[in-house]
Amino acid sequence: MSALPLRSREPGPQRFRDMSVKVGWGIVAWVVGIAFFLPVLWMVLTAFKPESAAETWPPRFTFSPTLAQFRLVFSGWGPYVTHSLIATVGSTILVLLLGVPAAYALSVHPVKHWRDGLFFFISTKMLPIVAVIGPLYVIALKTHLLDSIWLLIILYTAMNLPLAIWLIRSFMLEVPSELLEASELDGAGRIREMTEVILPVISPGLVSTALICVIFAWNELFLALNLTVTNAATMPMFLISSVPQEGLYIAHLSAAATVASVPVILVGWIAQRSLVRGLSMGAIK
Amino acid sequence: MAHVRYVSATRVYTKGTPPAVDALDLDVKDGEFMVLVGPSGSGKTTALRMLAGLEPLDGGRVEIGDRDVTWVQPKDRDIAMVFQNYALYPQKTVAENMGFALKMQHVPRPERDRRVREAAKLLNLDDQLLDRKPKALSGGQRQRVAMGRAIVRQPQVFLMDEPLSNLDAKLRVQTRSQIAELQRRLGVTTVYVTHDQTEAMTMGNRVAVLSGGQLQQCDTPRQLYDNPVNQFVAGFIGSPAMNLQTVPLTEGGVRLAGTVIPLPTAVRTAASQAGLRELVLGIRPEHLHLADGAGELTGEVVLVEDLGSDALLHVRLTGQTDQVVARTEGRKPPAPGQEVTFRVQPDDVFAFHPVTGARLAG
Repeated sequence: MSALPLRSREPGPQRFRDMSVKVGWGIVAWVVGIAFFLPVLWMVLTAFKPESAAETWPPRFTFSPTLAQFRLVFSGWGPYVTHSLIATVGSTILVLLLGVPAAYALSVHPVKHWRDGLFFFISTKMLPIVAVIGPLYVIALKTHLLDSIWLLIILYTAMNLPLAIWLIRSFMLEVPSELLEASELDGAGRIREMTEVILPVISPGLVSTALICVIFAWNELFLALNLTVTNAATMPMFLISSVPQEGLYIAHLSAAATVASVPVILVGWIAQRSLVRGLSMGAIK
Repeated sequence: MAHVRYVSATRVYTKGTPPAVDALDLDVKDGEFMVLVGPSGSGKTTALRMLAGLEPLDGGRVEIGDRDVTWVQPKDRDIAMVFQNYALYPQKTVAENMGFALKMQHVPRPERDRRVREAAKLLNLDDQLLDRKPKALSGGQRQRVAMGRAIVRQPQVFLMDEPLSNLDAKLRVQTRSQIAELQRRLGVTTVYVTHDQTEAMTMGNRVAVLSGGQLQQCDTPRQLYDNPVNQFVAGFIGSPAMNLQTVPLTEGGVRLAGTVIPLPTAVRTAASQAGLRELVLGIRPEHLHLADGAGELTGEVVLVEDLGSDALLHVRLTGQTDQVVARTEGRKPPAPGQEVTFRVQPDDVFAFHPVTGARLAG
């Protein structure tokens, strides 16, 4: 090639500087990315190691993989994963059932004191949960809900509802007002307006909201640890119970942690497209 | 079919501010195509939304047929509206969009399908488009679907809120005539809002000009053009706009660019009765006739806009700071910098009160 096409571009040193800035940021991005990913990789690798090879320093990357730890995990996880599934799915469904009408009343046809309502919902998240664990315990005890899956469903619903209302409300605000007016003229009442117009439009937003609720409920430890023992113990508690009083346990813990993270990653991966669309809903015309 | 009547209809958005629509009195006859036109903020869209029931009234009333609908729900007014951005339901197919109102009225499915198909045919929408989502349609097709959604309902009144503003120029002109033709065929009373005076002039049986929430004049396009009641209507209707110049009164007429332009006696009497020493003179661009040196108005050409069939001359008249626009034949327009003279027929001249803007006439 001749030098001709280059002539119209910027002079050499300037281009070189631009390139090196680009490459520099690229390296930073990779370093940060790897820093986040390495512990996960270490966890997954360790899960396949025999207990004796797990606690070496420096970590060994060559070993004969074994499924022994997973076998151990799967032999004991039954009740825990069932409880987690019930609490997570149950609370997420409840959050959506309650959050959608609440968000509607705070956005599309705002009620009189909608600002106060909105603030009230978010204010419930300001108190550290440690501060209320005492009263919660007493209430659970008196209502005979201690160590019951219903208690976790109620608490996880309460925990996720404020955030969900704020999220769903912001999605509903994105629904063009002309669309709502058109449905009003077409004779749709409040219910039809919701089911035929609003919900279809915000469905990607609902999916991302549900996903966030699932993640939070699935990973919740503090409430489960303090208010359940066996009848409602969840996956995070299973992880803790994988730590024995004595002996080696790193490989076993890694296997349990890997198993515990798979559902969330799976759901997130499936919902990826909806998630991106949901969290960037303003861009949709 | 029905007529529409606004009786001192008023809408105030926030207390203490001037009304968005101020005591509007307007009669739309049965089957008439009425255009509400005005600049942004003139209250034309608010007036339409009051008729639709999307905007409550703070005074007066709105009637459709002989029924007072001021406090009637939008869905019970027997109207259909075409929105500026079409407001098509994105998750529904074209057929579902068009049939939605009928579904809400519990019209049985076969009847619904028949009417949707009929409307689609009327609008030249292909049958295969009926199963598509709005996203897969072009702008012009979306516009027609929005029209179809209104037609399917067979309402007493069509309301249209700038339905052509999202189309490109060529399609807009095409659709403009299609809508006007369709309305004539269906004979449904139509209230149409636009800010484009060309649309207003070409489509409306009558045109209501609004400004600042107040009705300025409501008449046929021809009457609005030939007999504007005030300076606002005169300046708003017509393209390019009427030349408006504030000029001093003299014996027998007004002084413009060093010469006296004679005014009818009635206008002079009206001006002297009002105690005026100057007034606003209005001359339409096509009434400035090039006169090859024999005319009374002289000036220098600043800019020539050649439109093909005719040319627009921007001219600075002798002794004036503002420019005037003259429409001339397109073949051999004068060049910029050239001196030109114009002739003006005294009958073609409008005179307005310099403060109130009202037309001065006998």
